[in-house]
Amino acid sequence: MSDLLLDISGLSAISLREGGNPILRDVSLSLKKGEVRGLVGESGAGKSTIAKALLGILPRTVKVTSGTMRFEGRDLLTMAPRDLSAIMGSDIALIPQDPQTALNPGRRIEAQLTDGLRLRRGMNARDAHARALQLLSEVHIRDPERVLKAYPHELSGGMRQRVMIAAAFSLEPKLVVADEPTTALDVTVQKQILRLIRGMQEAHGTAVIFVTHDLGVVAKICDSVTLLYGGKVIEAGPTADVLADPRHVYTKALIAAGPRYDRPDAGLEPVPQWVFDQLHQEIRTGAKEILHG
Amino acid sequence: MAERLITATGIEVTYGNRRRGGVKVLHGVDLHLDRGETIGIVGESGSGKTTLGRALIRLVDTSAGEIRFDGKDITHLGEEAMRPYRKRMQMIFQDPMASLNPRHSIRQILAGPLLFHGLAKSEAEADQRIAKMLDRVGLPSIVLQRNPHELSGGQRQRIGIARAALLEPEFVLADEIVSGLDVSTQAQVLNLLKDLCRDLGLAMAFISHDLSVIRAVCDRVYVMRQGRVEEAGDCATLFDDPQSAYTRELLDAIPLPEVDADWLKDPEVA
Ligand SMILES: Nc1ncnc2c1ncn2[C@@H]1O[C@H](COP(=O)(O)OP(=O)(O)OP(=O)(O)O)[C@@H](O)[C@H]1O
Ligand SMILES: Nc1ncnc2c1ncn2[C@@H]1O[C@H](COP(=O)(O)OP(=O)(O)OP(=O)(O)O)[C@@H](O)[C@H]1O
Ligand SMILES: [Mg+2]
Ligand SMILES: [Mg+2]
Repeated sequence: MSDLLLDISGLSAISLREGGNPILRDVSLSLKKGEVRGLVGESGAGKSTIAKALLGILPRTVKVTSGTMRFEGRDLLTMAPRDLSAIMGSDIALIPQDPQTALNPGRRIEAQLTDGLRLRRGMNARDAHARALQLLSEVHIRDPERVLKAYPHELSGGMRQRVMIAAAFSLEPKLVVADEPTTALDVTVQKQILRLIRGMQEAHGTAVIFVTHDLGVVAKICDSVTLLYGGKVIEAGPTADVLADPRHVYTKALIAAGPRYDRPDAGLEPVPQWVFDQLHQEIRTGAKEILHG
Repeated sequence: MAERLITATGIEVTYGNRRRGGVKVLHGVDLHLDRGETIGIVGESGSGKTTLGRALIRLVDTSAGEIRFDGKDITHLGEEAMRPYRKRMQMIFQDPMASLNPRHSIRQILAGPLLFHGLAKSEAEADQRIAKMLDRVGLPSIVLQRNPHELSGGQRQRIGIARAALLEPEFVLADEIVSGLDVSTQAQVLNLLKDLCRDLGLAMAFISHDLSVIRAVCDRVYVMRQGRVEEAGDCATLFDDPQSAYTRELLDAIPLPEVDADWLKDPEVA
């Protein structure tokens, strides 16, 4: 059996809101079981669109025009709604950017964590409670009994994000999609959360698509990376190769733009206009992406 | 010789009603700033960075300590007496959308304070100054007709900077102003801020939780922890040889774009 979990091939989409403007252009990427792949690019590059397509939650104003998204060999785009809803949340789960809006403010954490366990895994209330407690301690929540009884607003931002991670892993999914899960957090909490996601991923052998705009975060948590611009894949490959030997001028420019505390004289070089001009030219002519390894 | 602009001594801030037991969040902070100097204020979430910055410009009251601005004790000045100082100290906000009136055009947003503080005697004079400043921050004049929500994040942040700089302040407080921007836009905004401070002789307090950003723009840095200054010093010394374990922890938390398999290892295991 192949260890390929996800195979997105030639995926294109347009925005009906923006007059049929292409927002994904012939995107291909694949994921092995247990692999962590970073999806990077600046705002509007199409990262969330890919994440939403995977979870079957594309807005009506976005239309897929071609391509396939095979999950364990079956195309998610043409699957019957019944089969799809059996997979979503169960085999494929989401860690959202903003746990504030993802958690229901009117329900206790316990209810939100155990719904899936009871309804989709057929657990009784007692087993679901025990499993929820165990999940919360796996994400290093110190007082899980108290947190289960709490409402979302009674928890700090970092705690809510931990609850969302526990929820995403609760049904032992094969793929977790994390859409900028640490962007709103400060660097110390970010590091704890990244450590948690990696720990859960390793413990459960889960594959992860990690959406971020931070190449530093990619370097620390992703095995492989796909860099997007304007809905097009620019460069992709194993993280170590792409970061140590970036081949596209845009990738090089992005690495040079970030400040570094260890190199006070480097960094802070905005991406030059000619690089954007070249990217736009490549998009018009449909140039091939650069693939490492 | 450098000229002292701000000296804060023993600053304490207590939120909430003191009689009913408020919460003290700053516990005696000392800080100083020369004209034209940029200091960084760094620390984890909740360490008191924003509170300290706002205390310096008298947006929150201090329950103990003293703040001197240009030699004058401003700690307990009433709003009336503070007014002449308001123009001299400006703030650039983290979320420009929240601080720019969404129903006003960019022109109105920029012209209002100029006319209010009497820096422009007429609408025409205001427009002249605005045109120059827009050019300075690298924005085309068509943005003047737009509303804030019609601008990109980087453009909004430039408008926030332009609005502050137009008033020709001596001090600006910049609170987490680049955290939401992508690296390229962040680099543009930080370069702009550095150039403006240099050209206008502005002193700045730059708040961030990211020490890489702090090092790129600041001369000196204050590391805050639980309402106290944990460590302070000039950037070269502090970054090359941090004394406090907490400062080292903040440095270690920054993901540099280099693969490092040990970075995410649990500290107790590593
Ligand atoms: N609901 C929608 N309907 C139509 N088009 C949309 C919708 N949401 C986003 N788009 C468009 O799709 C493109 C890609 O957006 P997407 O949200 O995928 O970017 P992103 O890479 O996630 O950016 P960010 O870093 O800002 O989250 C953009 O041009 C955007 O304007
Ligand atoms: N208006 C307020 N009323 C009561 N407590 C407050 C208020 N503002 C802040 N605090 C508390 O004061 C402490 C310091 O908060 P402050 O906002 O200064 O921290 P910060 O370092 O700026 O954090 P962040 O990085 O999250 O912006 C925190 O414990 C916070 O909860
Ligand atoms: Mg997005
Ligand atoms: Mg703050």
